[in-house]
Amino acid sequence: MSNAQIEIQLIASLVAISCAIPGTFLVLRKMALITDAISHSILPGIVIGFFITHDLSSPLLIIMAAASGVLTVVLVEFIQKTGLVKEDTAIGLVFPALFSIGIILIAQNANDVHLDIDAVLLGELAFAPFDRLMFDGTDLGPKSLWIIGIILLITLGLLFAFFKELKVSTFDAGLASALGLSPVVMHYGLMTVSSITTVGAFDAVGAILVIALMIAPAATAYLLTNNLKKMLILAVIFGVGSAIIGYWVAHVLDSSISGSMTTVLGLLFLMVYLFAPNKGLFSVLYRQKQQRIEVSLLTFLLHLANHEEKEERHVKHLNEHINWQKVRSKSVLNLALKNNMITIHNDIVSLTDKGQHFTTEAIDYIVTNKNSEIENMKDRFFLFRG
Amino acid sequence: MDLQEYIELVFTDYTLRTITLGTAILGAICGMLGSFAVLRKQSLLGDAISHAALPGIAIAFLIIGTKNSSIFLLGALISGLIGTFWIRGITNKTHLKSDTALGLILSLFFGFGMLLLTYIQKLPNANQAGLESYLFGQAATLLESDVWLMAIVTGISLIILLLFWKELKILLFDADFTKTLGFNTKFLDILITSFIVVAIVLGLQTVGVVLMSAMLLAPSAAARQWTNNLAIMVILAAIFGALSGIIGTAISASHNNLSTGPVIVLVAGSFVLFSFIFSPGRGLLFREIRFRKNRNDLQLHKTLSFMYNIASTHEDISHPHAIKILNNFQGFTRKSLQKLEDRDYVKIQGNMWSMTKSGYNTAANLYDQLIKEENE
Repeated sequence: MSNAQIEIQLIASLVAISCAIPGTFLVLRKMALITDAISHSILPGIVIGFFITHDLSSPLLIIMAAASGVLTVVLVEFIQKTGLVKEDTAIGLVFPALFSIGIILIAQNANDVHLDIDAVLLGELAFAPFDRLMFDGTDLGPKSLWIIGIILLITLGLLFAFFKELKVSTFDAGLASALGLSPVVMHYGLMTVSSITTVGAFDAVGAILVIALMIAPAATAYLLTNNLKKMLILAVIFGVGSAIIGYWVAHVLDSSISGSMTTVLGLLFLMVYLFAPNKGLFSVLYRQKQQRIEVSLLTFLLHLANHEEKEERHVKHLNEHINWQKVRSKSVLNLALKNNMITIHNDIVSLTDKGQHFTTEAIDYIVTNKNSEIENMKDRFFLFRG
Repeated sequence: MDLQEYIELVFTDYTLRTITLGTAILGAICGMLGSFAVLRKQSLLGDAISHAALPGIAIAFLIIGTKNSSIFLLGALISGLIGTFWIRGITNKTHLKSDTALGLILSLFFGFGMLLLTYIQKLPNANQAGLESYLFGQAATLLESDVWLMAIVTGISLIILLLFWKELKILLFDADFTKTLGFNTKFLDILITSFIVVAIVLGLQTVGVVLMSAMLLAPSAAARQWTNNLAIMVILAAIFGALSGIIGTAISASHNNLSTGPVIVLVAGSFVLFSFIFSPGRGLLFREIRFRKNRNDLQLHKTLSFMYNIASTHEDISHPHAIKILNNFQGFTRKSLQKLEDRDYVKIQGNMWSMTKSGYNTAANLYDQLIKEENE
């Protein structure tokens, strides 16, 4: 590994960490799309900053860009408050307009601007090590490493200082304001940090990857845990992991680093989405199927309990009466037999004592409708689900 | 170049005519279908889908190896649909919310698309791909066949809209009711979502991936301000969309270095701004005017009822009083006093005021809505 390669991976990892932290809170606060808006609408800020300073590396650019990020949030909220359109429409109206202004400004002055729209969208991570910070003639390392490092330090500092406040205001804004913590301050603080992180990361990885790095690790982590601290740590690990793997994929394919980092993030999310325990697609589908079977079984037993007369309890009669297909009624019948809920004499189905007992408790559950009761009940009756 | 010359040019110049027609049709179909997206609270779906279409275009190029915009559109359509259904899968099956799902699909698909694009750029036949134009759109690359395609798709979606108008309308406003009536809501949902995807994909070549969502949203958000009727809203949105296409093309054609896509978006944006401020029913301006008028009325009433309290302590209600004694009272100005006199509620003579009979009656029944309505 050459020096430049190590530096690129270091920058990518730092960007991933500093995006994952605000990203986690944005996902939890259901404001993930505001990053989309911010990352697009900082373009005019950068362009105007460039017109003033004529220097792409001036800190004024970052300030202008962060300011236009915050301006986006303010504009979106202003439009939302007028109540003229729905919340998401407000986001969708503001950022394309600002982005268009940015593009037009660039195009109008294309001759003397060294700003490339592709670079804005994609970033130039591969060139980051060549733009070095020099002080008194000594080489202090790549400039973007310094920028993102400082942003990360600030983010971490704020996170540790205000972790409790952030947590409360994220999950219970009402409680937060009752405790004297202003949710508004937290909100705008988070927005400012997100804007600054977006701007800092933007330089290195481009507008779209910033969105991916903010949302994808946090969303992936959210599928695996319900604990805020664990979620933050997992998000950071996913971010850094995909940054490094993505770099090597790009190295092999000789293509855009930010593109391949996003692709790795996407694959990671897909894996977790499909296979996560409890919340993944497969386990959700499996659970839904089980619940369907349980409901069928309950319906069947309730039907038996309600009818004393023999013709109502005939095996053949059942699939007409409850309107089930043949296969389904057969499987439910077998299931009930295996659970010792019913006995069959001469094709007449009757409930056993256990079945009788189960049905009574099930009715109780249906009346009170408390989830905790049915879970206990399943355990007590050793319910076998086939 | 003045307006007349330009209009002549639109009819004579092939390229300009194609682009103007293309953007107008695009604006119309986007406005039409966008109304549904806006009302279904799926505004940002457009943003996600347009980004998600990118890998489809790149994969289509990798498979056929040459530039062919209709195959590209097919690829974009397929990957846009995959993105849409994945978003639905995420929101339905997990506890992730729709904003997270949209942001995920948007950024992940786009990143993958960019990976493929940069990979394609390294290929020997890359220069004929022209895939970059899909990022920001290049209206100049529109051909007559593209415009025909747009027109046909617009026609088909118009027919579908009219056929399923009643069902779509009821789905829009009360999905549960639709279900109880026995309509297949899933089918209707997929139908309208698919047409929204089609509209987005059509616009990619003209306005590009990044700005496409605004094309979908802006005309319908503007149209929403002028009416509460779905049919009128859809028609208005189509008109706004077409107009922003035509005006945007005109502005960008008459200047150097102005790409069409962003200009169209900004024109559509100014339609929205105008509607937000000046629409008579919901607009901010008229809302402010109504607010002020109500406040003035309230203050007038306050002054009147204060006068009534004073006058009622006297046997002769028209007994004159000094204006000075009103001064402690908020909301009294020379102007409001003048207004009261204009309405013949009080008489002013020098520094004195006295209540008239009609003023006394009005003030006595000020809070009695029934009497007020009878008088009107």
